[in-house]
Amino acid sequence: MLKFLIPLLLFITLIVFLAIGLTNDPRYIPSPLMEKPAPEFTLPRLYAPTATFSPALLKGKVWLLNAWTSDCVGCRQEHPHLLELARQDIVSLVGLNYRDSNQLAKSLLDQTGNPYRIVVTDTKGSVGIDYGVYAVPETFLIDRKGIIRYKYIGPLGPDEIYGTLVPLIKKLKQEPA
Amino acid sequence: MKLTTQNCLSAVVLLVLCSLAVSVQAGVEVRKFSSDEQERRYHKLIDELRCLVCQNQNLADSNSQLAQDLRDKVYQMVTTNKTDQEVANYMVERYGEYVLYNPPLNSITSILWIGPIVGLLVAIFLLLYNIARRSKAKPVTLSEEDRKRTRKLLEDDSADDQEDNDK
Repeated sequence: MLKFLIPLLLFITLIVFLAIGLTNDPRYIPSPLMEKPAPEFTLPRLYAPTATFSPALLKGKVWLLNAWTSDCVGCRQEHPHLLELARQDIVSLVGLNYRDSNQLAKSLLDQTGNPYRIVVTDTKGSVGIDYGVYAVPETFLIDRKGIIRYKYIGPLGPDEIYGTLVPLIKKLKQEPA
Repeated sequence: MKLTTQNCLSAVVLLVLCSLAVSVQAGVEVRKFSSDEQERRYHKLIDELRCLVCQNQNLADSNSQLAQDLRDKVYQMVTTNKTDQEVANYMVERYGEYVLYNPPLNSITSILWIGPIVGLLVAIFLLLYNIARRSKAKPVTLSEEDRKRTRKLLEDDSADDQEDNDK
């Protein structure tokens, strides 16, 4: 009896592990940047190329950094939800236009609406590398001390925004700067 | 030269081979190094770093934009005399230990490193245990009656064989 039971149990264990593996998203890679200070950068702004933006300017505020490109399907998917979030005016949205052409980025925002308070242009992709961006869209939530508190990879939907992001933003706003 | 089927065929084969060679080379840019040592290190590093976008390719194999950017970064760091460890740390700080095809031994990766050794030890133990159990087992003893039956059966069998052979 035991002779058959042991291989069966081993087999079931293997199946359980494989089944758990199937539910994991292979694109999701835990970020080592979580709970670490958001990397500093200085980049030109899309709508004011002579002016620059750097995260230090938003110290003391809770803000979102959203990496996007004009040719990314996931970014278009989350776009209306970002617009809706921007209308509620609970958090500053900063767009990181990653390895894109300024013209294409502008024309897309002109057509579909601009949810971002500021858009910065990372034409060479070097800031993207510092933030470990590997698949746009990616969204970072940064607290009042400038620490990355949450990272989401892939298009944000209502579930992620109102289920996770907004409650977290409200909590982070209560924390001392 | 006449255009024979064989000529056409070899031309096609040549074309296919050329296109294959191009696709293998596509991910690797022409780079200048000040020493062979640097070049060797560059190639070793891009072999050992994983491309984040394409999951099971390393930086050397991948054509993705991010892989190109990261190859540039590795090149830049190698030519400015950064050590292998510094390059690896730079990548791990941004993308996590996942980028290393050769992950270091720590609490998270311990199962990965120790698991196979534990499995091997368990297998050896089970093997030795089974061998020991078998050598201890008593030899089967037959009663006189069983022996007679066995002999009879064997004789019948050989008699049958004999018959078959005669036919």
